[in-house]
Amino acid sequence: MTRKAYYAKKIKKATQLLFYKRHMKPGVKGWELKSALGSDYPKILKVLDGHLEKLNLQVKTIFEGETPSKEPTIEELNKARFYVTVRGGFPAKDAKMMGWRIDDIAGLATAISYIISKKGKAQRDKVEDLLRSKLPGWRVDMNMNRYIRSGYLGEDEHGMLYLDWRTHAEVDQKALVELLLLK
Amino acid sequence: MSSKDKKLSSERVQRVIELCNSVEQRGVDPFAVDVDDIIATLQKYFPDWESPQELAMDAQAVQCLASVIQNQGNWVKYRSTSLYTDPFLLEEKINKLNKEELATIFTQVWNPIIEMEQLSIPTLTEAIKYWNELAPIDQRWQRNELIQVEAGATTREELVRLKILAEKTFMEELESFWKELKQTVGEATKILYWDFVGTNTYQETLNRAYMTSFLVTYGYATLELVPLEEEVFIKPFTEPNSELADKRMVSVPISVSFEEWTRWKKEKQQ
Repeated sequence: MTRKAYYAKKIKKATQLLFYKRHMKPGVKGWELKSALGSDYPKILKVLDGHLEKLNLQVKTIFEGETPSKEPTIEELNKARFYVTVRGGFPAKDAKMMGWRIDDIAGLATAISYIISKKGKAQRDKVEDLLRSKLPGWRVDMNMNRYIRSGYLGEDEHGMLYLDWRTHAEVDQKALVELLLLK
Repeated sequence: MSSKDKKLSSERVQRVIELCNSVEQRGVDPFAVDVDDIIATLQKYFPDWESPQELAMDAQAVQCLASVIQNQGNWVKYRSTSLYTDPFLLEEKINKLNKEELATIFTQVWNPIIEMEQLSIPTLTEAIKYWNELAPIDQRWQRNELIQVEAGATTREELVRLKILAEKTFMEELESFWKELKQTVGEATKILYWDFVGTNTYQETLNRAYMTSFLVTYGYATLELVPLEEEVFIKPFTEPNSELADKRMVSVPISVSFEEWTRWKKEKQQ
C-alpha cells in the first residue's frame, strides 16, 4: 500500500469514528483513536482537520483538566476527547436550521456568561431570575432543563449550576466574556 | 464548664460548620468568613471537649475552615486570570443587551459539535433478523398459573426438602469438612489437593473444591505450592488461624475442569 493510500484509508476511518455517535456522549477518546488508527493518530487528525477546514469544520481536542500550555504529550492526547465542531462560529440566523430559537440561544448565552462571572458556579434561582427579565417564565424552566439535558449546564445536589462538558467543548468562554464587555 | 455553657459552645461550633459549608455549597464569598476569629473561637473551646462526638465536631469545624481557606486561595487565583469579570458589570451588560444581540455574540463563539446517527444496511438486516426471531410478547411474558392452597403450618424437614432451608448452616458444614480434612491427613501434615478434593463424581469434586477454597480463605487450612513438580498440597491447621485475614492475601487459581478430573481419575485407577 502506498503512503497516500494508507493515509486515505486512515482518514476515512477517523472520519467515521469522529462523526458517528457511538456512545451516550459524542466524540472519541484519544486511546480509542490510537487503537483504531495506530500511534500516529495525531498526524492523521491533523490531515483530517485540514480537509474539514474547507467545510468550516474542525477537529477539536478537549483535554482532561486544564489545557496544556505547551505542545501536548501523547499521554495527554490519549486521555483527551476529540470532536468535530463548527469552525469560528456562524451567523445567528443559521441557528434556526439547527433547531435553536433566538430566545434559546440568548438564554444559553446569559446563563453561561453569568456562571463564568460567578467563578464557574451559580445558584439556579439567580440564573433563572436573570433569564426571567428577558424571557417568559414558562420558557425559562423549559430552557433551563434543555441546557442541562444537552450537557451545557450541570446542577449539583445543592441547586448550584456549573458549566458542563458541552460548554467546555463548544464555547470559547474567554471570547464570550470579552465580546460581552465590549458591547 | 457547666452543661449549659457546653451546649452554647457546641451550638457556636455547629454554626461555624454551617457557615463554612455554605461557602462550598452555595457559593458564598469565602472572604465573608472571618478565619482568625473562628480559629480563636475553636482554640478557646477545644480544652473543654471531652467526648468523641465533641472532638469529632471540632475536627469537622477545622476541616471546613481549611476548605474555606482553600476557596479563598482559588478565588484569588481566579481573579488573576483573564476569565475574571466583575459579576455586576457583566450582569449590567447582559441586562442592557436585547435577545438578538446576545444571540449574535454567542453564535460568534459557539462551535457546536457535529454528530450523526445513521442506520446502515447491515445493521438493518441484523435488526430484521432479530425481529423475526423474537417471540411475541404474550409468549415471553407468560405468567404461570397461580394455584390457590389453604394456609397451613410446615415443618423444618419440609423446608429442608424444598431446599428453602439448608440441612446444616454453611459454617457447620465448613467445620465438619475441616474435621474430615484433618482426619484424612492424619499423621502426615499435608495431602495432595486432588487426593482430597477428587471423588467418584465430578459434581461432588466441584463441591469439595468449593468448600476447600473457603477452608483456605477462612484460615482453617493453607495451600503449599511446589512449582517445579507442579503440585499443590493442602495443610490443615489444628486451630483456625484468624490472623491470616490481616496479612496480605494471595489468590491461587486451581483449575478443576472436567478434563483435569478425568485425568486424575485415570491416574488413580492405574
